[in-house]
Amino acid sequence: MMGTIQTGFDFLFAAAMQAPQLRPEAASSIAEGVDHLYFALTFITLFFTFVIFSTILFFMVKYRRRAENERPPDTEDNLALELTWTIIPTLICVGIFLWASSLYFENSRPPSASTEIFVIGKQWMWHIQHPEGVREINELHVPVGVPVKLTMTSEDVIHDFYIPAFRVKKDVIPGRYSSLWFQATKIGTYHLFCAQYCGADHAEMLGWVYVMSPADYAAWLAGGSSSQSMQQAGETIFNKLGCASCHLSDGTGRGPSLVGIYGKEEALKSGDKRLVDEAFIRQAIVNPNSVVLPQYPAIMPTFQGQINEEQVLQLVAYVKSLAPEERKTEGK
Amino acid sequence: MSTATLDVPEVPTGSRVNYLNAQYGVKSWLLTTDHKRIAVLYLVSITLMFFVGGFFAVLMRLHLIEPQGALVQPETYNKLFTMHGIIMVFFFLVPSIPATLGNFLVPLMIGARDLAFPKLNLLSWYIYVVGACFTLYAVISGGVDTGWTFYTPYSSSFSHTSVIPTALGVFITGFSSILTGLNFVVTIHKMRAPGLTWFRLPLFIWAIYATSIIFILGTPVIAITLFLLGLERLLHIGIFDPAIGGDPILFQHLFWFYSHPAVYIMILPGMGVMSELITCFSRKRIFGYSFVAFSSLSIAIISFLVWGHHMFVTGQSIYAGLIFSVLSFLVAIPSAVKVFNWTATLYKGSISYDAPMLYALGFIGLFTMGGLTGLFLASLATDVHLNGTYFIVAHFHYIMVGGAVMAYLGGIHFWWPKITGRLYPDGWARFAALVIFVGFNLTFFPQFMLGYLGMPRRFAVYPAEFQVLNVMSSAGASILGIGYLIPLIYLTWSMRYGPAAGPNPWGAKGLEWTTPSPPPTENFEEIPVVTEDAYDYAHSTVTRG
Repeated sequence: MMGTIQTGFDFLFAAAMQAPQLRPEAASSIAEGVDHLYFALTFITLFFTFVIFSTILFFMVKYRRRAENERPPDTEDNLALELTWTIIPTLICVGIFLWASSLYFENSRPPSASTEIFVIGKQWMWHIQHPEGVREINELHVPVGVPVKLTMTSEDVIHDFYIPAFRVKKDVIPGRYSSLWFQATKIGTYHLFCAQYCGADHAEMLGWVYVMSPADYAAWLAGGSSSQSMQQAGETIFNKLGCASCHLSDGTGRGPSLVGIYGKEEALKSGDKRLVDEAFIRQAIVNPNSVVLPQYPAIMPTFQGQINEEQVLQLVAYVKSLAPEERKTEGK
Repeated sequence: MSTATLDVPEVPTGSRVNYLNAQYGVKSWLLTTDHKRIAVLYLVSITLMFFVGGFFAVLMRLHLIEPQGALVQPETYNKLFTMHGIIMVFFFLVPSIPATLGNFLVPLMIGARDLAFPKLNLLSWYIYVVGACFTLYAVISGGVDTGWTFYTPYSSSFSHTSVIPTALGVFITGFSSILTGLNFVVTIHKMRAPGLTWFRLPLFIWAIYATSIIFILGTPVIAITLFLLGLERLLHIGIFDPAIGGDPILFQHLFWFYSHPAVYIMILPGMGVMSELITCFSRKRIFGYSFVAFSSLSIAIISFLVWGHHMFVTGQSIYAGLIFSVLSFLVAIPSAVKVFNWTATLYKGSISYDAPMLYALGFIGLFTMGGLTGLFLASLATDVHLNGTYFIVAHFHYIMVGGAVMAYLGGIHFWWPKITGRLYPDGWARFAALVIFVGFNLTFFPQFMLGYLGMPRRFAVYPAEFQVLNVMSSAGASILGIGYLIPLIYLTWSMRYGPAAGPNPWGAKGLEWTTPSPPPTENFEEIPVVTEDAYDYAHSTVTRG
């Protein structure tokens, strides 16, 4: 019996997963898993809707009023029945919760070795920069089969980076970095949408994601017009703004040395312990007094408004590159 | 519920003194403190707002017939969906059942002559009207384009439209909800007729009571939130602006802390109506009275703990996401229990197919769909893909339109003879229920599919591959629009030309049906004494008439 039901479900799943009208293209490592859950939920929905509706229709026909003076006797309340239909849906819900949450948990954690790409949303375009320095607008080129991590921020309002074919979505928020990862599994061209309403041309803040073979991707990157990598651009800004006059690399300056600081946990003057990640470095640039290290004076001026989000990202890339040699190789 | 004395005068409506003809003139309406007249004032106002909001929806669906947009500029489209949402949510759905049927029925159902604070009740209507005027002013002065959710920093720093008047309108109207809720809570506690214990109350009263709790606890939060939004926009104090240390996501937490419970403000009274209709038209006691009653209260409580499920993709921590997810699944359980109990109530009943019953059955079907599709959004892994798409739009319309509006119309049809003293043409009413059911599904079912295919909401233009489903949805919307106009016409017609209704045209239980239709101003000549449980149809001799 259970076997028959199982086979029936498998058949329905297979049919649903084949139907192009029911789901968008599945082009990432997580897409099939999400679709599976989605169709399972769809079956649960259709099943319960069918059961409830057919029960009602059956009662309506069977117990239709035949005479105006009918007085049906009371039905006794039934505690066992009440508990049954409280507990069974609860169990089903717990089951779905566990399934959906473990899938989400897996899907949320980027593999440690991901290609990093940076995204800035602004009304109404997506501005994308590869670490190698190539920039693109409303287009994102990525290699197939490689985990890609996006670090994203916004220059104005909240946007949302959404690639339906990858089943991924994340808000892009001014003043902070959010991140998103995916691994494309199919070469092709896919929609990129803004999924958070952001003003007049929200619906036209869209673009295309190009998934390429690693060889094509390398060729594409090499053919890009940029002369400088993000790290080099960051270094230029670093020197132009005079950051190096305090942040001496040997640690004798008025500010801490930045060599190897990325990825370390630092105790702050406020007593908090913070991991030095992209968000921390950004905060140290735009709001330095909020992340002062105990052995240094709080004298750094804010650079908020003097440099844009793209330049902040380049500075972040530069500071990240200042890792000591052994850690840099370890990360690869 | 039977009463000690039940002398219904057999006098035709026209000549008997009732709340409608006790006084004449505009002044007698604008200065009335009679809960029944105030209910009628609300009925007229929210009907007006419903059709204004509906008009915007019609324009939106027309526009979306073509991928590049058939009707208006994107800026205008953005204003259309914003004003549709604001008017429908804050000026129609929130006050709909509580302010009309609740106002009319709470005193009648509990055997009281009026609400506890009649003048406060009139004041809440005036507050509602002032709030509505501000919002309508915003519409006329160029509209507002933030989305009904007013997300910062777009609303606080970027939008060039009438954000302040609109937010002020919503802010003001909130006070009318608070006062109404307060009035109901006090009335239900203090003014029940002798013998009418808590567990003899009609379930509509339980639902209104639970709703009132949310009104009182939740509405101040939206007021604070909109106040902060106004301060931010006018004075730029920086609470939501990251450039000066604020946090735009804080707004979302505050907003949804009210606006998720607000969903239950809209649906709980509808569930209350459901329990009245199902019992009357199947002539049965409700199955599992205490389960249905307490599920209302547990919904009201849990609804305050699930707001984070609107924010799974904002970058909130995975662990916060897990907790909000599990609580969101929990809030589904009491709703499911209600659906099962209504279904079980039909068992071995004596079921008739009058128009209100058709709306009730439509409600159960659409609400079941709406509730179950909520599971897709409580599930973290699928929500990531579905959040912000048309799937969300379809889901909440199944709850708010398929659920709340169906229940509202069912309730209006059920108590219309009591409110107006007139009967409407039953054939037309059943036909309208069918048209609405079909039109509704045709409008919103394709939107579930659009959502999974990846079409984001609030898109003035869209890729061409989404056109077929959008055209289906627009076609459905035109049927739905006609479905809503039909009752407007025959109900209006019936007020003058409908046959006079007897005190109890459905053969229903409940104290309101022991009064003449329409009831006299003081409701009951003598306060009734209640000696039996609610919905005691099995031992009743009440007949239609």
